Amino acid sequence: MSETAPSSQRLSPLVTVLLLIGAGIMLMPMLWTLLLSFKSNAALMADSGSAFMPPWTLENYAAIFQGSLTTRWLINSLIVSTGSTIGVLVLSSLAGYGFARLDFPFRRTLFVIVLLGLAVPEQAVILPRHQLFAMLGLHNSYPGLILPSLTGAFGVFFMTQYFRAIPPELDEAALLDGASRLTLFWKVLLPLTWPAQATLGVFTFLGSWNDYWWPLISATTSDYFTLTVGLASAQMNYAQTSGLGFLMAQAVFASIPILVVYIAFQKQIVRAMAGTAVR
Amino acid sequence: MNRARRDALVGYAFVGPFLLVYAAVLVVPLLMGIVISFNNADLFGRREWIGLANYAQALSDPVLRQAFFNTLTLTLLIVPPLTVIALLLALALNRNTRLAAVLRGVFFSSLVLSVTIVTLIWRFILTPDAGLVAVGLQAVGQPPIPFLSDPAYVIPALAVTTLWWSLGFPIMLFLAGLQQVPGDIYEAAALDGAGRWTVFRRITLPSIRRTLLLVVMLQTAAQLQIFGQAQLLTGGGPGGASRTIVLYIFEVSFGRWELGYATAIAELLFGMILLVTLLQYWFVTRQEGDRA
Repeated sequence: MSETAPSSQRLSPLVTVLLLIGAGIMLMPMLWTLLLSFKSNAALMADSGSAFMPPWTLENYAAIFQGSLTTRWLINSLIVSTGSTIGVLVLSSLAGYGFARLDFPFRRTLFVIVLLGLAVPEQAVILPRHQLFAMLGLHNSYPGLILPSLTGAFGVFFMTQYFRAIPPELDEAALLDGASRLTLFWKVLLPLTWPAQATLGVFTFLGSWNDYWWPLISATTSDYFTLTVGLASAQMNYAQTSGLGFLMAQAVFASIPILVVYIAFQKQIVRAMAGTAVR
Repeated sequence: MNRARRDALVGYAFVGPFLLVYAAVLVVPLLMGIVISFNNADLFGRREWIGLANYAQALSDPVLRQAFFNTLTLTLLIVPPLTVIALLLALALNRNTRLAAVLRGVFFSSLVLSVTIVTLIWRFILTPDAGLVAVGLQAVGQPPIPFLSDPAYVIPALAVTTLWWSLGFPIMLFLAGLQQVPGDIYEAAALDGAGRWTVFRRITLPSIRRTLLLVVMLQTAAQLQIFGQAQLLTGGGPGGASRTIVLYIFEVSFGRWELGYATAIAELLFGMILLVTLLQYWFVTRQEGDRA
């Protein structure tokens, strides 16, 4: 970008102040949550304003590891999100390569049918899908929680676009050298798609980690709750049970893995968004 | 085996796995839903064909009408401010300074949280007995405000919570859009002595038209399906004042077990989202046609 583009101009003092206030509004709720999580439940019962003052304690975090279901829900979320991510990456890469590079009957028609899936909101399928999965005995199981996220048309569209942008001369050269389609795909093209894999992977992981509607109706025994559903049930029972500090410690604990993923991939996401996602 | 057939087999081997899952877990339920919506069906497999009766019931259901207006109000309270704020932030943060990078991180941060965490956080900001706002009001000697139980406050409370949660993704999209505006257009404008507002209105805005459309379309579709915030923060209350369409679908299907009726409402919502999205798309592309 050139020197006179707005990206190299300095911010005016007024805009800077407004931005800092905005940033304060964004961060305040999180800081409040963090503070509450370090206070004993009893102190918060008396006055939640006491969160601003010591003494702070780690007892709420200790309680998470002592016999609460939170760690079990964390493991469930990790299994479901990792499974969904791997599944989406494998299926979308294969299909994306197929649609971008191979010739077979009904290719265009099939691709259009996949694209139409982008226009189908979750509400249009979630109730009958619940019926279908009940018939197949898939509720309260990992496959039952993972399968719906594998239908995302976006991943296929995204990978197809990405494969199309790779020069076809590369394929021809490799095929002339006697490589099979599978070797070409696996050894030559797939390594080139790493940035796209990272972006699609992060967004899939994020979407699956934060999904609420489907696990809410599919996982009905607490053993199969994901973190979102588990924390929702804890939130509903808040008055009777664990107390405010514990609840907030759960919230912080549940956010840590996703924050780590986000921070690790932030650059990757933003760069890739600028490149491919907005066409 | 001849070459064309071999190629076809290889092609299907690559696209087949996805298409199988897509057909079984998306297409089949989509078609099932249409059939179920014409049935008096419950959650446990009872089916009785009743034609359009579910749709007739939906059109005269006062609870659905209220949920419809709540959802519409929320969408209107969320989408325009969200779009404007996100665009302004993207314009301000679209530069290569360290401060801008840090602030981008801050404004993106809430997008990684789940609806459960977001509502947990905001419950203890808004609730009158322990919330941050109440603590602040108490410090200046004011009584707490029952944001989550007063019909006048529930919808704005849900809107603010959603705004805070949803800001990151539109900013990302706008930043990506702004990055693609070629720098030399700005150089030319600067040479012509164009003011900032002129530059924004005549260059920046037209260049990011497509991104703007994408943001509005995605956000409208998302907010018409708003669910978790209402279910967790207010339970749709008080007296249905914050019940949304999807929350009502959830209540009808998993509370009253009236699967057929719930599916019919879902199909109506599907139609509404499709219509609104197409209208938005048509509106913007038609104007582009006028310019050409």
